[in-house]
Amino acid sequence: MAIHLTKESKILVQGMTGGEGMKHTRRMLAAGTNVVGGVNPRKAGRTVDFPDRPVPVFGSVAEGMDATGADVTVVFVPPAFTKAAVTEAADAGIGLAVVITEGVPVHDSVAFLDRARKRGTRVIGPNCPGLISPGQSGAGIIPADITKPGRIGLVSKSGTLTYQLMYELRDIGFSTCVGIGGDPVVGTTHIDCLTAFQEDPETDLIVLIGEIGGDAEERAAAYIRDHVTKPVVGYIAGFTAPEGRTMGHAGAIVSGSSGTARAKQQALEAAGVRVGRTPTETARHVLAVLDSGA
Amino acid sequence: MDLYEHQARELFADHGIVVPRAEVTGSPKQAREIARRLGGRVVVKAQVKTGGRGKAGGVKLAADPAAAELTARQILGMDIKGHTVETVMLAQPVDIESEFYVSYVLDRAAGGFLAIASAEGGMDIEEVAATRPGAVARVPVDPAEGVTPAVAARIADAAGLPARTVDILVRLWEVLVREDALLVEVNPLVSTRDGQIMALDGKVTLDDNALFRQARWGDEADTGHDPLEAAAAAKGLNYVKLDGEVGIIGNGAGLVMSTLDVVAGCGARPANFLDIGGGASAQVMADGLSVVLSDPSVKSVFVNVFGGITACDAVADGIVRALDTVRLTKPLVVRLDGNNAERGRALLDERAHPLVEQVTTMDGAASRAAHLATTP
Repeated sequence: MAIHLTKESKILVQGMTGGEGMKHTRRMLAAGTNVVGGVNPRKAGRTVDFPDRPVPVFGSVAEGMDATGADVTVVFVPPAFTKAAVTEAADAGIGLAVVITEGVPVHDSVAFLDRARKRGTRVIGPNCPGLISPGQSGAGIIPADITKPGRIGLVSKSGTLTYQLMYELRDIGFSTCVGIGGDPVVGTTHIDCLTAFQEDPETDLIVLIGEIGGDAEERAAAYIRDHVTKPVVGYIAGFTAPEGRTMGHAGAIVSGSSGTARAKQQALEAAGVRVGRTPTETARHVLAVLDSGA
Repeated sequence: MDLYEHQARELFADHGIVVPRAEVTGSPKQAREIARRLGGRVVVKAQVKTGGRGKAGGVKLAADPAAAELTARQILGMDIKGHTVETVMLAQPVDIESEFYVSYVLDRAAGGFLAIASAEGGMDIEEVAATRPGAVARVPVDPAEGVTPAVAARIADAAGLPARTVDILVRLWEVLVREDALLVEVNPLVSTRDGQIMALDGKVTLDDNALFRQARWGDEADTGHDPLEAAAAAKGLNYVKLDGEVGIIGNGAGLVMSTLDVVAGCGARPANFLDIGGGASAQVMADGLSVVLSDPSVKSVFVNVFGGITACDAVADGIVRALDTVRLTKPLVVRLDGNNAERGRALLDERAHPLVEQVTTMDGAASRAAHLATTP
């Protein structure tokens, strides 16, 4: 069944005709994802011929939804236009908007996330790799050939650490992997994904990857303690990050004594989560938990 | 990006918030002139982007222009928590009746901004919150509504601030929104004996992601005072200088942070954070290598790449071509894994550079790079 994305998902791509949009739409189609249309008001009515199949371009998200029954949009538009794109998608009533764009001003994110919440649209991102349910569908840029369908669910702030863990556990396979993004404000949190994985009958174990900044991991730990019965294995990046410096992701910053990797690790361990010291050790913890038949 | 106090003061003034008369200088002689213009008696304040200036002796009252020059001379060049004082602001003293605290901060978990206000200003607000939580009001701001006069009145009421602060609360919200700030803080906000509400000290943090539409600050982006960070910034690299001896190059912020941790776990210290992103072209690899190798404390370099979107053979090709333009002076440990890893490793084997060695696992490669950096 997977979470948030299945083989039934019909996907629009906002910004499909741009460089990144073209590249990743081609990859999504090659992986079997059902991309039903692109959105670009200046190129409405045209069709883009991808190697796998032609994809029509619509003038708006609403038009694309009417014509195709799309329920997911993937947003590749530049940062200055992301707020308008997500707002349009939320106003059209789409169920899920996956915002890949990096560098979106925080005030814009706050505004479109508020709008989406009020319209009932789930947003994943911004500044994220998207999500993939291997063998079914992928919305975003996570490579489809790393691993196969399986029973691990993964939620992460980091794209490359997601790929690394998917690769280390490629022979076990995943139900869904969600990259929630590294910005200070994001639409879908670790807790949202923990909730969905806990309810998903096809997920047996959850991998949670976090990093310095904010207190999302501490909140997730409290949620796990109270609500998650499936085993959770964790990994936290950023133990050696200096205070007050942004480490690549806009949200990855230790401010004073808050947002440290140590505090996150301790909170997770106190909630019964096994936390690996390296990505490889994290994968070994997963194997050990699965072997123990938990 | 954090602003200096005097920049925050300017912003406040631009948005109609009353601030004390003040001027900035880096010269003690000019400080004397400024003090004369401001009426003789002035407060001399170190301009540094860190808290605790007062305790460190960076804020002093000077009775006359001669004292202002002397005080400026003492404060300029002072080190406050690792920040060298390059300029001082001289401000007209204010006759204070009472002090308040107001700020708008980003609430990451709630995905919006939070108004924080207290009738007990002038002190460290975290201390006030810890010792007397009832004295600090926290009011979430609806993003669609913003801070209207009605909302501002609710904030003032919750904190026990006088009604005369409502106008300032509205204007401060305008500063936050129009300047794309992630934090605006006024501490203290004072009411003076002649009945004015005035922002005596302020802190503003701008959103780096929004600098593209904030022309005023576009050129002032923090590149750090470290020459290596400045060199990296000039090449568009995402680099942070650290104190160790193992140079780190990797793709993706999370993986690079993880790489630093794994190297530290092997008993060595990382010399830097450098994320070359998903593309990892030969040019970016060459630029990254040249910056990392120019760090005299680097004893070995660890290139840690997971081929996700980018294939490892393209990354290996980038390294091979970078080796043609950058003279390698220290051992380079490369770990390539993921998409097309075998072909990538073969390309590096063919190049057979004497200082380049490959280890196929991240943990093993980190251990090797740490060993090379710590063994004489």
